Amino acid sequence: MAKNALVKKEDKRTELATPERTRGAVTYTPRCDIFETEDELLLCADLPGVEPGDVDVRYENGELTIYGKCAPRQEGVNYLGYEYGVGDYYRAFTIGEAIDADKIAAELKHGVLTVHLPKTEAVKPKRIAVKAE
Amino acid sequence: MLMTRWQPYADLWGKMSQLRDEMDRLFESFGLGDGGWPTLAVAYPAVNVWDDSDHVYAEAELPGMELNDLEIYVTGGNQLTIKGERKPWTPGQGVWHRQERGFGSFSRLIELPYDVDAERVEARFHNGVLTITMPKSEAAKPRKITVKTE
Repeated sequence: MAKNALVKKEDKRTELATPERTRGAVTYTPRCDIFETEDELLLCADLPGVEPGDVDVRYENGELTIYGKCAPRQEGVNYLGYEYGVGDYYRAFTIGEAIDADKIAAELKHGVLTVHLPKTEAVKPKRIAVKAE
Repeated sequence: MLMTRWQPYADLWGKMSQLRDEMDRLFESFGLGDGGWPTLAVAYPAVNVWDDSDHVYAEAELPGMELNDLEIYVTGGNQLTIKGERKPWTPGQGVWHRQERGFGSFSRLIELPYDVDAERVEARFHNGVLTITMPKSEAAKPRKITVKTE
């Protein structure tokens, strides 16, 4: 029985493998802000240069993965000053809260990705009315 | 008598210089050399500058900005200023778990190697990337010199 359990665990790890890149591009880690309200988790990531169609946000087994494809904007150019590189963005977070996966919403505006992760009803804080005797 | 120099450390010396070359390469990859990797920017925002025969281009990554929050101008013929303010994000009542993005006002003056025509500077802001196209002034454009043969 124990042996079977071990094999199962390995299968799970390959399922969670990161999406493969077909380009030999550099990958950057975007800066993120995480804010928790009563109803949801809000995550904001700076992804400048990424088109809304090129960002991949997935939530699997408590792990949120953000992958933004960003092709180099200039090729074979004579740089006079070069202070940052252009490449794909990748970041993954393990989320401890119970999240309602069906209601996750994300938008990308002016290079900032905002992900709304609503909490499930069971996890939301419940106000308990205190009766005065 | 055949004189041969006894060089017991020849092999070791070769290995040491190989080690030094590899350490140089390692440091280059962190932007501390001329390895073709980006150099560390001294101010915000990081700017890439390049040119062709007619224009000088500058590009900066400024996520979360609106074009109205930015001021771009050219003074003194070749000084480009990018100025603006990124407003902080205040989502209301709650708890911060992580805060990595910076906010506040910034101003950066870049001295270009060529004079540009300040009247015809164009700026484009798309997906958080600001691209500034500056046409070179006539005096700065490269001139082809014909060589006359006698």
